[in-house]
Amino acid sequence: MSGFFDIPSDLQHSYSGLIGLHLREALIPVLAGLLVSLPLAQLCVRFRWLYPPVFGVTTVLYAIPSLAFFVVLIDYTGMTETTVMIPLAVYSLVVLVPAIVDGVRSVPPETLAAATAMGLGPVRRYLQVQLPIAVPAIIAGLRVATVSSISLVSVGMLIGNQGALGNLLNDAQIYHRPELAVNSVVTTAVLAILVDALLVLVRLLLTPWMPRKGVTR
Amino acid sequence: MNVLHFVQAFFGDGAHWHGQDAIPTRVTEHLLYSLEALAVAAAIGLPVGLVTGHYGRGGNALALIATAARALPSFGLLVLMFTWLGFGQLPVMIPLVALAVPPILVTSYEAIRSLDPSPVDAARGMGMSEARVLVQVELPVALPLVLSGLRTAAVQIVSTATIAAYVGFGGLGRYIIDGLYQKDYEKVVGGATLVAGMALATLLVFWAVSRFAVSPGVRRGG
Repeated sequence: MSGFFDIPSDLQHSYSGLIGLHLREALIPVLAGLLVSLPLAQLCVRFRWLYPPVFGVTTVLYAIPSLAFFVVLIDYTGMTETTVMIPLAVYSLVVLVPAIVDGVRSVPPETLAAATAMGLGPVRRYLQVQLPIAVPAIIAGLRVATVSSISLVSVGMLIGNQGALGNLLNDAQIYHRPELAVNSVVTTAVLAILVDALLVLVRLLLTPWMPRKGVTR
Repeated sequence: MNVLHFVQAFFGDGAHWHGQDAIPTRVTEHLLYSLEALAVAAAIGLPVGLVTGHYGRGGNALALIATAARALPSFGLLVLMFTWLGFGQLPVMIPLVALAVPPILVTSYEAIRSLDPSPVDAARGMGMSEARVLVQVELPVALPLVLSGLRTAAVQIVSTATIAAYVGFGGLGRYIIDGLYQKDYEKVVGGATLVAGMALATLLVFWAVSRFAVSPGVRRGG
């Protein structure tokens, strides 16, 4: 395992620097995806006919391989982090929109009726009743989106070393040091699992009313 | 130059229809890798998911395995396997299968777990063996969800199989990787269009299968 954390200087980042870069490239897109999908999902719940086309378009976008996405974007955003982050944000919509729509739709009608009877308007009813009840479903979607976003950043290596930890893969081949590739894969996987665990913790904190035992997803 | 222009130029160019790099050849290769990976992933994920769902045990372990498998970066895994195992089909298949097993495993488990217990109890009361309960009662009712898990896996495989080209394999990724190095955007966009089209075709196939295979009674209920 010698040289495991010995990062070649052509990467211009330390080990922890690569981790920071990786998290930034993976998490900002998911956050952007969440900000877009919350109102989008709300529109889909409000106008039912909107959901199938939105779902169809996002699925087709999802099917475009990230590499092809990057190459098309290079013309507009250059070989930069932004080019890596835009496709990741688009991909996150595919998971987040259905998760939020399902979550908000799963609120029982009696609960909504009770909220209305207590005098809550549509906005407060959405923010104070529907959204909190949908939190488990939303977090479940966020977990899938975040984990896949973290694992996809590596592909950015192919467009001018924008893949953070993925850049180690290239160096592993150039310098014939397979341990760098192991480092890349293991660190990425550990990062994904840690962030996933963090999201589970957030769920537990946001939903104190849920039974603690036997909730797995 | 816009994307549509590239698409037109790519498919209009006769050179893309002949020889080793012809579109039909690449599509067939891509299809073969994808089918192979999906078959292996289904052979692993379906039985495990269905049986654990039937007995209702090991859900936590499954969720853990699925999360761990999802956390593995496909591209990194490909390069790693390639450096360890050298050129071959195996380094390409491992990341694709690792990608496809979690959705199959988790959805088939959830599909069986979330069934209405009364028909299952009725089947047991009629004296069906556990295996027959699973195959003849639970599976048909859970089929729409099970199929949706397979569909997710299939679309992900089709889209990700492009990375196989990075380690010298064929498939539609060839156009994208070669186009990137040759700065031939027409090729890249053409390749991406073919992949997206294939993913759409996959969705269509699964839609047709669910029309054909799911019993009308179940469909009305769902």
